[in-house]
Amino acid sequence: MIYFHTKDLSVGYNGHALIHDINIEVEKGKILTLIGPNGAGKSTILKSITHHLAKICGQVYIDRQEIYAWSARELAKQVAVVLTDRIHPELMTCEEVVAMGRYPYTNALGKLTPRDKEIVVQAMERVHALDLAQRDFTTLSDGQRQRIMLARALCQEPEVLILDEPTAYLDIRHKIELLDILREMAHEKGITVIMSLHEIDLATKISDYLLCVKGDTIEAFGPPEDILADGAIDKLYDIQHGSYNLLFGSVELAKPQGEPQVFVVGGGGAGIACYRALQKRQIPFAAGILFTNDVDYPVAQELSDYVVTAPAFEPMTEAHYQQAAQILLRCDCVIDAGTPIGTLNSMNGRLLDLAREKGIPLYSGWQAMENKKDSRENRRRERGVGP
Amino acid sequence: METHDLMRSSRRERLTTAGRFLVTMLLLALLFGWGLVLNVNTGSVEIPAGEVFHMVWSGVKALFRDLFTGSDTLRAVTEASSESKIIFSIRMPRMLLAAILGGALSVSGFLLQTFFRNPIAGPFVLGISSGAKMVVGITTILLTPYLGTISSGVLILSAFAGSLLIVSMVLLFSQRVQNMSMLLVIGIMVGYICSAVTDFCITFADEEDIVNLTSWSMGSFSGANWSGVTTAAWLCLGGTVLSWLLSKPIAAYALGEGYAQSLGINVKVFRAALIILSSLLSACVTAFAGPISFVGIAVPHITRTMLKTSRPILVIPATYLCGAVFCIFCDLIARTAFSPTEMAIGTVTSAFGAPVVIYMMLKRQKVRQ
Repeated sequence: MIYFHTKDLSVGYNGHALIHDINIEVEKGKILTLIGPNGAGKSTILKSITHHLAKICGQVYIDRQEIYAWSARELAKQVAVVLTDRIHPELMTCEEVVAMGRYPYTNALGKLTPRDKEIVVQAMERVHALDLAQRDFTTLSDGQRQRIMLARALCQEPEVLILDEPTAYLDIRHKIELLDILREMAHEKGITVIMSLHEIDLATKISDYLLCVKGDTIEAFGPPEDILADGAIDKLYDIQHGSYNLLFGSVELAKPQGEPQVFVVGGGGAGIACYRALQKRQIPFAAGILFTNDVDYPVAQELSDYVVTAPAFEPMTEAHYQQAAQILLRCDCVIDAGTPIGTLNSMNGRLLDLAREKGIPLYSGWQAMENKKDSRENRRRERGVGP
Repeated sequence: METHDLMRSSRRERLTTAGRFLVTMLLLALLFGWGLVLNVNTGSVEIPAGEVFHMVWSGVKALFRDLFTGSDTLRAVTEASSESKIIFSIRMPRMLLAAILGGALSVSGFLLQTFFRNPIAGPFVLGISSGAKMVVGITTILLTPYLGTISSGVLILSAFAGSLLIVSMVLLFSQRVQNMSMLLVIGIMVGYICSAVTDFCITFADEEDIVNLTSWSMGSFSGANWSGVTTAAWLCLGGTVLSWLLSKPIAAYALGEGYAQSLGINVKVFRAALIILSSLLSACVTAFAGPISFVGIAVPHITRTMLKTSRPILVIPATYLCGAVFCIFCDLIARTAFSPTEMAIGTVTSAFGAPVVIYMMLKRQKVRQ
C-alpha cells in the first residue's frame, strides 16, 4: 500500500519552479534515495517536503493526508529530519541535543517525562551512542555528531525520516554503520526513509527506490535494478571523462588517449591493477584476449579502446589470436599480468610466445616494466642525457 | 585525553546540572543580600547594618499595614530621621533600580546572543543604546528651549522610541540578510550612524540645552525614585518572565533554524518575539539609567560558565540574578570608590566586564582544545 506519495509536486525558490511534476510513490518502511549531480535540486525537493521551503504547487501525502494542511507541530510528530547544517550548540550535552527531539511532545516548558527520558535513552542505544550521552556536543567527531543527530530525529518518533546527505563528512566505516542503522529503522520500525546520497554504489545497495534528479524534471524513478541500465549513471551525472561501473560500484578515471603503447595479456582479475597503473601514467594500452564474462573485461573496456574479446564459455579461436597479434606487434612492450594459461585461453600463451619471438620486451606485471624504465632513465641521466 | 574525559564525566556525576543550578543560585542570593546591605549602609553617611535592618523591617511592616488598613504609616517611618530619609528615598530606590535594571540588561543580552547565535551580541554592541541616545539627544535639544527642564518620563519615552527604531531597522535587515554575523555587523554600523547623528546635534546645540543629555548619557542609577523603581520593576520583571516562558523554543533554536523549524517552531514569529522582548528590556534600562555597556555581554557568559549548561530555563533566572548582583556591586564601586565624586556606571561595568569576557573566551578556547 502506498504510504508516502507526491502528486505533480513542483519545487523551487521564490515562486520559481526549479523541478516540476515530481510524482513519487513509496510504501511504508521503504527507503527512497535521491541521486543526481550537485545543484540538481535534491535538497530543494527534501526541503519542500519538510516545509523548510514553500512548495510551488502540487501535493505531498503521508498516509493519504495532505501534509501541507498540517500544523507545524503535527508535521513534527510525523516527519523528522537530519539536515546538512553544521550546528554549534554551546554547552549542550549529547543527551540534551537528542532530547530536543521530544519537543513536539513535551509541555510548554519542555519538561521531560520519564517516558520521554526512556525514549531518549532508547534512541541513543539504537545508534550505539549511549556512551556519548554526557559528552559536550561540540567536542564530537563528524561520525559521532551524525549519529547523535540521527538519534535526535528518532526521538521525534517519526513515520517519515528525511535525511539530506547524511553520509557527507563520514569515513567509509561510519557511512556503512549509518546506513545499516537506517536499514534497521526502516525494517523493524516501519519508518519510511527519504534521503539524498552522493554515493551511488551505496544508494543502489540500500534503497528500495531511487529518484534521479536532473534538470527541470525527474529523470527516473523506480527500484534501482529497473532504472539503472548501463551508462545511466554516466548520463545522469554527465560524466564525459571517466566512467562509473554500476555492477562493481567502482569509478574509473578518464581513459588515456592515443595509439596503444603497451599490450596487456590479462584475465581473471590479474589485469585490473595493470590497467589502472597504466591509466594513472596516462599510457594508452591494448588489452586481450578477454572473455566477455571476465572480471577484467569491464575495467579494460572503460580504460582502453583496444580490447580484444572472446565470447564466454568458448575456447579462444585462431581469429582472436590474429586480431590480438596484429595490435601486439604495434606495441612497444608487452605485460604479462600473470594470468594462468589453460586450455580455454591458450591463445594468450601464444601471444606471449609471439612477443618473445619478435624480441618485444616482455615484463611480468606492471612493476617490472616500471623498474626497467626507471633504471633505463637513471642510466641515461648518469650519462648526462636529458630524459 | 581519555583520562581527562573520564575526570570530567566523574566530576559531572558528582554535581548534576540541577544541583549546580541550586548552588549557583544560593551563592548569588547570598552575594545579593550582602550587596544590598553594603549598598544601603555605605556612603557619605555611614549607617550601622543593624540599624538599617531595623529600619527596613519597620518599613516593610508599615507597608503591609498600609496595604491592609489603608492608613499612611509608611511615610512616618521613612521620614522619621535624616538617616531613614537617606535610606528610603535615596539609597534603597537606587539600589533596587540597579538590581532590576542590571538583571534586565543581562537577560536582554542573553536573548540577543541567542538571536544572533554570537557571543558578542548585546544591546550596547548592536547600537540599541546608541539609537536611544540619539533620540534622547534630539528630543532634549528640540524641547529644552520650550520646557526648560525635561521630565524623566519624556526621557524614558524617547529612549524607548530610539531603541525600537534601531531594533526595527535590524529586524528589517534580518529579512534580507540570512547571515547572522553580517546582521550583527549591520547593527554595529547602524549604532555608529546614530552616534554620528548625536554628535552632530550636540556640536550645533547650545550649551544649556544639552545639560540633561550629558548627565543622562553618562549612565547612572543616581536619579532613582520609587515611582521609577515600580515602573522599571513591572517592565523588566514582566519582560523576563515572558522570556523565561520562551525557554523551550530558545533551547531548540540553539540547534539552528532548520532544526528549530522541523520541531514545529514558527521561526519568524519566534525571532520577532525574541528581538522585541530583548529590545523592551534594554530600552527600559537605557531609558532609566542611560547607556550601560558590557553587562549584557559579560553577565550571560559568567552565568553560563557557572552553570556549565545553556538550558535557558535555568540560565534566564540565573542570568537575571547574576546581572542584579553585578550591577549593585558596580554601582557601589561607582558611588564610593572616589567619593564624593561619582563615576559613570558604564566606566565601572566596562572595567570589570571586559576583562571577564576576555578571560572566559580564552578559557573556553583552552577547554575546547
